[in-house]
Amino acid sequence: MMVHTPDMVLHNGTTQTTERIVNPDSEYLKELPNHLRTYEQALSYYPNQVYIGNKTPDDLTALPQPWYDKECDCAARYGKFGQIMPQEEFILLMQVCDVFDLVKLDKNFVAQHKGSLASNEIIDEGILSRVKDGIAPEEVARLVNEDHAEPLYHNNELVGCAARAHDIDVNLSAHVMHENIVSKASSVLALLHVVKSAGIQKEDVEYVIDCAEEACGDMNQRGGGNFAKSTAEIAGFVNATGSDTRSFCAGPAHAIVEAASLVAAGAYKTVVVTAGGCTAKLGMNGKDHVKKGLPILEDMIAGFSVVITQDNGTDPAINLGILGRHTVGTGSAPQAVISSLVTDPLDRAGLKVTDIGKFSPEMQNPDITKPAGAGDVPLSNYKMIAALAVKRGDIEKADLAKFTVEHGLTGWAPTQGHIPSGVPYLGFAREDILSGKISRAMIIGKGSLFLGRMTNLFDGVSFVVEANGGTEPEAAGVSEEEVKGMIAKAMKEFAATLLAQAE
Amino acid sequence: MDLENQKRVKEFTEQYGAENIVVLLGAAEGEASGLAAETVTNGDPTYAGPLTGVSLGLKVFHVCEPEVKEEFDPNIYEDQVSMMEMVLDVDDIVSEMTSIREQYCKF
Amino acid sequence: MSILNDKKVIIIGDRDGIPGQAIEACAVSAGAEVVFSSTECFV
Repeated sequence: MMVHTPDMVLHNGTTQTTERIVNPDSEYLKELPNHLRTYEQALSYYPNQVYIGNKTPDDLTALPQPWYDKECDCAARYGKFGQIMPQEEFILLMQVCDVFDLVKLDKNFVAQHKGSLASNEIIDEGILSRVKDGIAPEEVARLVNEDHAEPLYHNNELVGCAARAHDIDVNLSAHVMHENIVSKASSVLALLHVVKSAGIQKEDVEYVIDCAEEACGDMNQRGGGNFAKSTAEIAGFVNATGSDTRSFCAGPAHAIVEAASLVAAGAYKTVVVTAGGCTAKLGMNGKDHVKKGLPILEDMIAGFSVVITQDNGTDPAINLGILGRHTVGTGSAPQAVISSLVTDPLDRAGLKVTDIGKFSPEMQNPDITKPAGAGDVPLSNYKMIAALAVKRGDIEKADLAKFTVEHGLTGWAPTQGHIPSGVPYLGFAREDILSGKISRAMIIGKGSLFLGRMTNLFDGVSFVVEANGGTEPEAAGVSEEEVKGMIAKAMKEFAATLLAQAE
Repeated sequence: MDLENQKRVKEFTEQYGAENIVVLLGAAEGEASGLAAETVTNGDPTYAGPLTGVSLGLKVFHVCEPEVKEEFDPNIYEDQVSMMEMVLDVDDIVSEMTSIREQYCKF
Repeated sequence: MSILNDKKVIIIGDRDGIPGQAIEACAVSAGAEVVFSSTECFV
């Protein structure tokens, strides 16, 4: 799911909040509002339609870049992978997700928009019954002006606020509570969608793993958690408990390996991995976008959820026998990182790089990253994988470019850190594997641990999703190649014995 | 360039003297390399960080540029960086870096 | 004349280009002293 949040770009994105501190009269801040997209423009943006499943990654590959100046022929708000929610409904959902009476909304705003939230096809009575009537606009203004509350704007008007949850605890400040409630609300929306599209009951879910990049807790336990359980509560997963997994952008890949392991071990039958989005990253590369006359493309809060359950005999399976991991000893050289995540696990499984139909590394939308000087991140990853494949002799050097097309995808996910990290392809991977288009997909998550200033290390995890059935022998630990090798060795030894006997 | 990194560049330059400092970059493409190089030579072009309006004129190279590459131990370069030469547009990076050095480098 | 030998080197690596630690290893091999090394992230 995604939410279009133009006002949060202005008021909550760190690029903008930093600029307001160091350079309050800057041209950028003056120019920025003219570059915000309308909700309709966000709907008709191709990459967004891919994210919710109305268009495919292949459609995007076929479309010449850039995309910001092209209008998608589909501008639907709902798709098979979720929806693109407008800001006003999301602000109401934030209030729904707040259980400490911190999100206070202007009663006129609530009255005006409660109906549209009610008509949202994923919002049920359980959610709707939590919407409060709201308070007087003067009281909202007072909380913002006199009581350190974080303002909530819609169309540049103050419509509510997130109050601080403690007078002196910085970990419960209005800013932190706002950021955490946005993460929680977007994760809840993803949870509501995923049970519906997976065709399971909310009661079936036994465990939830949250893999976003926020931390919740008070001054005595800053990252105490637990987003997972708090979102499960609002979503109505009454039989679930859960916990949070963190590793920057690599979080989702870690979480899915953990979920698959829990299910494989029989600890839980159905586990949901979920993550909400991040206000801080809104408009992160806005200066470059504005300078180049582009719209602010980082105006979307995004989230995702994945259901991992027992083998049903048809759905693709996660092969826990082919896991890649960047270890403490791997180092940070790009070739070492990619080897540890891609070729090392394939070597252990006796597979070639070309045995993987599609690789899904970091699926950042190049429309956003290229103008900002970060290049085309998925394409860089594919070139690295291809370069390794050439070194190993899996492909010819002349086929390098062809490999990036045949085994690669074009990025469509917003630059919300953990959101693009491998997992956005999972929905399409399931379809591509079920339709027989590919038999295996490798999901690669990479994380910049050094940003936390606790280590200089990088992180990364990869796993393989494959067609159900037919590949169990490999998963059991012995591949066909290994069997052949063992037979060959036995034959040689037998021949040597014969020769020895003949002598 | 990240504001904290700009602060560190400024502090180390004051501590050791601009003539003794070399900045090495690892940016992913030409334009980003050029912007980082401009920041440590002519000043922060985005007017956001501590190097705004500060022309340090430092010597600056991208790690893939031939002048510095030839000084590295070839085996270490091979292990740590070489694969990225197949990924990055090295020619574009070299041309951006050269242009910035010609305009602003004082050493 | 050598560019790096005996110089104080400041490294600004990039997560999606060459990370700081990889550049560090190269700089040290050229006889430079690394005084600061960092890796930036735009995504």
